[in-house]
This record gives sequence, C-alpha cells and structure tokens, in this order.
Amino acid sequence: MCPREIVVNEHKLDPILRSDRLPHIWCPGCGLGPAMACFANAIQESGIPVDEHVCVSGIGCTGRVAGYLNVDSFHTTHGRAIPFATGLKLSNPDLHVTVFSGDGDLFAIGGNHMLHAARRNVDLTVICVNNFNYGMTGGQLGPTTPYAAKTTTTPYGNPDGPLNIPHLAAALGAVFVARWTVLHVRQLQKAIAFALQKKGFTFVEVLSPCPIGFGRPNDLGDGLEEMSFYRRQSVVDDQAPLDSLEIDMSKDSTLVLGNFVDRERPVYQPMGTEPPAHRDRSVIYQPADPEVKAREAL
Amino acid sequence: MAGVRQPLEQSVLTTPRGQTYIIPQRCKGCRFCIDFCPKDVLEESTDINSKGYHYPVVSAGKEDACVQCTFCTLVCPEFAIYTEEIEPETL
Ligand SMILES: Cc1ncc(C[n+]2csc(CCOP(=O)(O)OP(=O)(O)O)c2C)c(N)n1
Ligand code: SF4
Ligand code: SF4
Ligand code: SF4
Ligand SMILES: [Mg+2]
Repeated sequence: MCPREIVVNEHKLDPILRSDRLPHIWCPGCGLGPAMACFANAIQESGIPVDEHVCVSGIGCTGRVAGYLNVDSFHTTHGRAIPFATGLKLSNPDLHVTVFSGDGDLFAIGGNHMLHAARRNVDLTVICVNNFNYGMTGGQLGPTTPYAAKTTTTPYGNPDGPLNIPHLAAALGAVFVARWTVLHVRQLQKAIAFALQKKGFTFVEVLSPCPIGFGRPNDLGDGLEEMSFYRRQSVVDDQAPLDSLEIDMSKDSTLVLGNFVDRERPVYQPMGTEPPAHRDRSVIYQPADPEVKAREAL
Repeated sequence: MAGVRQPLEQSVLTTPRGQTYIIPQRCKGCRFCIDFCPKDVLEESTDINSKGYHYPVVSAGKEDACVQCTFCTLVCPEFAIYTEEIEPETL
C-alpha cells in the first residue's frame, strides 16, 4: 500500500515558476492558475528549450502571468503586449514569443494591435484568458461580456453582444485558432504546445472563471460551480461554424470548444531580410500533434 | 473458463498508479482537485492551513486508488498538489 498523501514544500513545476513569489495574488477559485499550469507544461512539452521562450503580458489579473513564470518575461503597459512582442520577435527571431493576457487587454484597449499582428501573420502565439470582464479593476464590462450579463458598470445587464473571439481571430488571419476552458486542462495544454510549435500568428482562447468579478453577479456561483458549468455545458466541435461560437453563459447555453483553424499563410518577414537559417523548425520542433485536427481552409 | 473473452495481453496489462504529494500551506481551498478527481481519491482535511483553508488529503481506503491521470496537478490553481508515478500493479 502507498502511504496516504506525502507533505512536501516544493511542487514539481516549481523550476518553471518563480516559486518565491507564491502564493500568487489570484483569488480562490480563479482559473488563472490552471491556465498558467497548462502553459508551463506546454513550454516543457513543446521541445523548444526554455531559454528560447519569452512571455509578454499586458495589465490585468491575467497580465500577472509574466511575473510568475521563470522564463524571460515582460509585463508591458495596458493593451501593448502585442506591439512589444512584435518588436522583440523581429529584433531577435530566434526567440519564441508568447503573449499571455486578458480579454480586456487584448480586445478592448489593445484590439487594434491584435488586428494588425494577425493580419501580418507575425510569428507569435497569443493566449487570451477570457473571464468575461475586467477582473483586476473590479468587474467592469469588457468586450467579451455576454449579452444581458451584470457587471459593475452594467448593473441592469449588458446591452451589447460579446465579441466572438475565435471568429474574429480567424477572420483577421490567425493560422491556428482554438478555444478551451481551464477545466479542459489536457486539451488546453496540447493546443498551446501545438500553437508554440506552429509558425505564424497562433491564437488560443481560454475560458476561465473569475468568481469575484463575473461569477458572483451572474449567479454562476464560485469557481467550483463555474467549472462544473463548463463540464456540463461544453461541446467539442472542431468543425463548428465560426459564426456560431458566440458565448452566452446563461444557464442552459452551450460552450463550443475545439481546435477550429489550422492553416498556412506566409509568415511576416520584413522585405529584403531572410529568416535565420537555423530557424528551420524541423530541427527543433517535434512533429505536429496528430490529435490536433482543425479546418485547413476557411 | 471456456467462453469468457479475455484480452490477449492480459498478463502484461497494467493500471498506472500515482503517489499524491501536497503542499498544504499553498492551498486556497477551491476543491477543484477534490471534486474533479476521477477516482475520488481526495477529501478535505479536518485541519486548516495558516490561511484558514481545508487542504486535500487522501481519503482512508483510497491509498492505492490514484491512477496517475495528473488531472489534479494541472487543475490546481495554487501549485499545491501533484502526483508521481509509482510501480504499477499487474492486473
Ligand atoms: C492605460 C490604462 N487604462 C486603464 C487601466 C486600468 N486597467 C487595469 S487592468 C484593466 C482591465 C483588465 O481586464 P482584462 O485584460 O480582461 O484582465 P483580467 O483582470 O480580467 O484578467 C484596466 C482597464 C490601466 N492600467 N492602464
Ligand atoms: S478578480 Fe477575477 S480574474 Fe482577478 S484574481 Fe480574482 S477571480 Fe481571478
Ligand atoms: S492523479 Fe488523477 S486519480 Fe490521482 S489524485 Fe490526481 S486526479 Fe485523482
Ligand atoms: S485544487 Fe489546489 S487550491 Fe484547490 S483545493 Fe485542491 S490543492 Fe487546494
Ligand atoms: Mg478579463
């Protein structure tokens, strides 16, 4: 028989975290911890040396990820993670640059940067944690807040419809587009690892409970209840029509998850320059994950 | 036992097994690991940690129930629990 639990002081993921900063600031039941754990595991799974990874975040609870991962990282100003990451990637193409930020940071104040980086197909991975509100500043309405949802700035309900993020990312030109929840840890980790390995602008939306800012005013309960909602209401459909992916979050609504897009487009390269020879990814990249299958044409 | 179908390699089939490790002072009591463990290995401690949360412990009688699926390791927001694979049992 095994002993029951063994009490220890360190976690096996501690080497890839700045564990001296733990416990992190995130609330009990927040989904940012599992989102970061999946990213940390995907970094290890990607086969790309840890030294070559960079994580860039904007401002928000999600933006804190850059400060907790033990990779080179930069916590930029609000909305500016993508332009910072673009500059970093172009000045040092050997780096594998991931933007890890929130829905508000990437699609409200930073929306225009998202638009042009995807259009250019800059070689970046963008991971957007969508918790349907501005968590850090007290639960205000954001561009992904569902229709009729209550926030501190829409106490009678949101009169706007939410952005359909995967549809938008695909329309802008992203070459890989996925959506998972923080309950779907294995699929999420695989999708991130795949995105890290793929050349071009790759995009992963991560649905995540913010029990403080969004769960409580919208009767979703605590983090555990919202995770149970994800388990009950999620449907995996890689081939779902992209315009059907809008999120409602009402009691009987469905969350459609999957790896929706996987296609090729020319990757951004300034005129008259060549990608460095050792960027031949067949050398350092593992073969694409056969489990990740998505549409090749829109 | 004539007529009972058996997988051909039954003698070599194994179920993975895991040993649970816990860092009680990191836990914030969200219960993700407890409620979503597919084998119901975990339950809340009777003790509380220094922040006042009940952390997970292995339930009595579940010492050998962990199948090393690593779900708790990935889903814990606080990096407070993980498992390591140990010698599997032969079926
Ligand atoms: C220029 C500027 N405007 C506004 C703010 C205030 N602010 C900080 S975080 C934030 C929104 C964060 O929302 P999101 O990106 O969804 O992150 P979350 O906290 O939900 O993870 C805002 C508006 C700021 N820091 N800088
Ligand atoms: S406010 Fe929301 S997003 Fe921010 S740490 Fe708390 S639960 Fe997480
Ligand atoms: S590894 Fe899987 S079976 Fe073992 S305790 Fe964790 S969740 Fe339960
Ligand atoms: S998932 Fe982590 S924080 Fe939540 S109860 Fe389990 S050990 Fe504690
Ligand atoms: Mg947010």
